[in-house]
Amino acid sequence: MQLTLWTYEGPPHIGAMRIATAMKGLHYVLHAPQGDTYADLLFTMIERRDARPPVTYTTFQARDLGADTAAIFQDAVAQAYERFRPDAMIVGASCTAELIQDDPGGLARALDLPIPVIPLELPAYQKKENWGASETFYRLVRALAAGNATPRADRRPLCNVLGPTALGFRHRDDLAEITKILGALGIDVNVIAPLGATPADLGRLGAADFNVILYPEIARAAGLHLQKTFGQPMIETVPIGVQATIRFVEEVAAIAGVDPAPVLAGAPSRLPWYSRSVDSTYLTDKRVFIFGDATHALAAARVATTELGFKVVGLGTYTREFAREVRAEAALHGIEATITDDYLDVEAAIQAAQPELVLGTQMERHIAKRLGLPCAVISAPIHVQDFPARHSPQMGFEGANVLFDTWVHPLMMGLEEHLLGMFREDAEFHGAAAPSHLPRHGVEAPVAVEAAPVPASIDPILLTWATDAEKELKKIPFFVRGKARANTERFARERALPLITVETLYDAKAHFGR
Amino acid sequence: MNAHAPLPSLQTGCDIRQERGQRAVFCGLTGIVWLHRKIQDAFFLVVGSRTCAHLIQSAAGVMIFAEPRFATAILDERDLAGLVDANEELDRVVRRLIERRPDIRLLFLVGSCPSEVIKLDLPRAAQRLSRSFHPDVRVLSYSGSGIETTFTQGEDACLAALVPEMPAAAAAAAPSLLVVGALADVVEDQFARIFADLGIADVAFLPARRAGDLPALGVGTRYLLAQPFLADTARVLETRGATRIAAPFPLGAEGTTAWLKAAAETFGVSAERFERVTAPGRARAAVALDLYRERLTGKRVFFFPDSQLELPLARFLSREMGAELIEVGTPYLHRQHHAPELALLRAGTRVVEGQNLDVQMDRCRAAKPDLTVCGLGLANPLEAEGLATKWSIELLFTPIQGYDQAGDLAELFARPLKRRARLEV
Repeated sequence: MQLTLWTYEGPPHIGAMRIATAMKGLHYVLHAPQGDTYADLLFTMIERRDARPPVTYTTFQARDLGADTAAIFQDAVAQAYERFRPDAMIVGASCTAELIQDDPGGLARALDLPIPVIPLELPAYQKKENWGASETFYRLVRALAAGNATPRADRRPLCNVLGPTALGFRHRDDLAEITKILGALGIDVNVIAPLGATPADLGRLGAADFNVILYPEIARAAGLHLQKTFGQPMIETVPIGVQATIRFVEEVAAIAGVDPAPVLAGAPSRLPWYSRSVDSTYLTDKRVFIFGDATHALAAARVATTELGFKVVGLGTYTREFAREVRAEAALHGIEATITDDYLDVEAAIQAAQPELVLGTQMERHIAKRLGLPCAVISAPIHVQDFPARHSPQMGFEGANVLFDTWVHPLMMGLEEHLLGMFREDAEFHGAAAPSHLPRHGVEAPVAVEAAPVPASIDPILLTWATDAEKELKKIPFFVRGKARANTERFARERALPLITVETLYDAKAHFGR
Repeated sequence: MNAHAPLPSLQTGCDIRQERGQRAVFCGLTGIVWLHRKIQDAFFLVVGSRTCAHLIQSAAGVMIFAEPRFATAILDERDLAGLVDANEELDRVVRRLIERRPDIRLLFLVGSCPSEVIKLDLPRAAQRLSRSFHPDVRVLSYSGSGIETTFTQGEDACLAALVPEMPAAAAAAAPSLLVVGALADVVEDQFARIFADLGIADVAFLPARRAGDLPALGVGTRYLLAQPFLADTARVLETRGATRIAAPFPLGAEGTTAWLKAAAETFGVSAERFERVTAPGRARAAVALDLYRERLTGKRVFFFPDSQLELPLARFLSREMGAELIEVGTPYLHRQHHAPELALLRAGTRVVEGQNLDVQMDRCRAAKPDLTVCGLGLANPLEAEGLATKWSIELLFTPIQGYDQAGDLAELFARPLKRRARLEV
């Protein structure tokens, strides 16, 4: 048993729902108890979909337990077929139905429907949402994709774009950016899946020359299958950030045999200039903590370091499937990756890292709010405000523009930060004053941030702050005060100085730099 | 499965049918979201799957980060395979939880579908844990599983678990009034003031705001249900000798008056005093309701089943706001508790107990109601089909009972209609 307050991912059948809801002409019959229909509102409310997800639940109740549930399941499949007339169906069990051991695949097969019915095995007590989405998409591709490659000679290069789903963080807009780039390269798109695809479309997957995997968590398994079965190579570079997008364009162009130069010509993104303009100088070495799904966390770490000049002081993911990649990336930044699905661990890691900016999910947004830290969202899970009405991709050159704005916005403007340092005794800019864009209660923040570092219990020598040193510390702007305190105490401890004076404070400052 | 069986046993003018099939409703775990705010030193630990944790986090929205007092002990494959003793695991999780939250006085172990299906004996675990944490923490259990409970029935199960904990009233104690059902604090305070003004001296509320403040219970206890979904709680109260005061539920001015009057008559309050005490509230409610009557009069309303509040809400809308009822769906209809409500509905009103979702949606589409009351899974899809909707969960999270909330209640239904009229895009 695991004590859980917040979960980064839902159960695997939610992943299957994300695939079914993304597609057209596919229906999902889910053997599940009454109440599991709560999942519908993730799609109708958070993503604001205008139709019910194509999911029929058996919603069995206690009185149905026993021999009845199998019959209820078969009735539900038969009725869903009659009503919705889908081109294909997926059937499976949620966590409770897994325990009562009806066999959805066998029961559905016995009905002998005139459409493909694909059974899903989603172990709810071992796996989670992203795995469920990946497995469902893989099963669908394996069952439906056929090899009907057309000769390459007299046509333009042709690719599939795989990965975008329902309830995906910015999938809608990423797809628009990527298809625009492919179009500009002179590459035709054969099938986009699962978003907007029909089962018949999946049948045509084999006709493409190669596959673009936008979200490895969801589409890598299907891509590997297509590679093995139809010899289609796959592009796995995730085009988030300017350099990654350039690399993506070059790789796609090479595989398709087209010239990338026209797409890369000019200045396709404003990020490089914005980042070089002097206004951005204050961003140098800003301490940033990054957490999210593996794809977005890895991309964010690279963009933060090499495109915005931040310093990555924390990196982690809840996607255990890609833990190795994230650990390797963290090592490049000289830190240890936080691989966990417990948000309390993440909170502790954030407090220990003393960042000036947090890039994370909805949970990190709450943690940052509590600690009074600026934060931007880079990954699911997300709330309704991160399914915006406006075009806001993460991928491609426009995506890079969005990243720049989104990540810099929560930071104090350079000038404001400067004033805070210079006029820190003034009423408006005193040490406890929160930046003007943070809500009022932000003034509580320094307490939380300061309380965080080095607990006294692990302190080998008892440190005392002289009154004037404590006073001097308060003059340091709150967002670096916690770090200054920690550095000073570390400095004092290393030199066995039990009393911290103003001199100690400034000696430590000189020793560590900013 | 779709057969509509009329129920000849009930003497009412309503056309009551039962329906079975796919249901789009919450499970009883959802009740935790408002119950934990009401009982301030209680913690709710769901023993279930990742789905249960995901449900509560979806329902609780942003509340989850204000140090909420609920969590899920997620069963994993080791628990199911019998590789570890589930009871020892549960004890370990509870110990860890109580170490972290020493402020907790009452812990509910909440059963879910997975824990019920594998027959984890939570009542027994609660007894065991209660002994080991005595006297600091009391541990109780109830089931909020979807296979047994629908949405608000989770509160029923929780309160029913509290009843055996209530101290016994002295045998010779004077009659006392117990108001049953979690109400918003502001509503509870209003009712307490009215009962005091009526001269009913000994009034208590269940649940109490703190776990240690449970009121006494005995043969002199008269209880008044503030919520319509408390069938089990009522049953266990009666096994302890309490007597129910039959009344419509306190929604709208008429419902509130009838509810208060039932208590007043039981406690021998004079008609004159009742009139005097309730007159200001009735007058204020009348003024407040006038503001919305025009927008709601003649509007045709369709209720999907959700909370069991549907019948009293429909009664309020039709009798006080002049709305017309197409269909009133309810997940469960307690014939006795709802008898005073059914008696107030116009003869022929179609009441449907249970649900067959797609068939019910077909009926709704065919009827083209002016306002459809439904859950969040259906609301946007129906809006996209051109139907105005009122999402029903808000009716649980907003103070709606009593005279001074009658206007707010009407406003909840009037707002979507006003918005549709307002928007020009």
